[in-house]
Amino acid sequence: MKFAVVVNEGPYTHQASDTAFQFVKAALDGGHEVMRVFFYHDGVNNGTRLTTPPQDDRNIVNRWAELASQHELDLVVCVAAAQRRGIVDPDEQKRNSKDANNIADGFRISGLGQLIEAGIQADRLVSFGD
Amino acid sequence: MSAILHTVNKSPFEKNSLATCLRLSLPGSHILLIEDGVYAAIRGGSMSDDLKRAMSDRTVSVLGPDLRARGITEDGLVDGVGVVGYDGFVHLAAESSKVQSWM
Repeated sequence: MKFAVVVNEGPYTHQASDTAFQFVKAALDGGHEVMRVFFYHDGVNNGTRLTTPPQDDRNIVNRWAELASQHELDLVVCVAAAQRRGIVDPDEQKRNSKDANNIADGFRISGLGQLIEAGIQADRLVSFGD
Repeated sequence: MSAILHTVNKSPFEKNSLATCLRLSLPGSHILLIEDGVYAAIRGGSMSDDLKRAMSDRTVSVLGPDLRARGITEDGLVDGVGVVGYDGFVHLAAESSKVQSWM
């Protein structure tokens, strides 16, 4: 079965990013396809490579990036939500004349159309958030 | 493959998401309590009677890892509430026609 997942909450907030991660992992382990994880609202904060959690804590951003590289996951960050919160990739850096970018490996910035497309193409769309 | 899976991730002491879910979910649907939502399943809690009523025509489960993370044991749950893991969560999502998240 083809799943798509929405994450509406930032890392280290309550639990949504953790639950979404465990759900995606379980779906992949169960032989399902996860065609996209869409990060919306504060969820875009899952996509910055500049976080440095304590060494004995889980690294939520790296964990997503590693899962993405293992399973060729499509991790999409909403562009409008990202602009508001300072999540920047090289293209956005250039377009908005910023002095840096911070997008983590495995993530890409794109538009809300990607969420609509996921809703149409996936068999199930599951939302996690606050 | 017709019923909806409803997930509730808020404690009933924090928000009324579960009450709203119970009011609007249809017979045959499955309600899965996750994250702080698991607090609602404690036997003798404020939602006990509502959950028992709901279970006359709906199924109620809690996410086991979230239960254990909060120090709640399975024998302390409202009778009839099932316990599933993340694999069970995925299975429920796949078996249902769609997933509605109450937050």
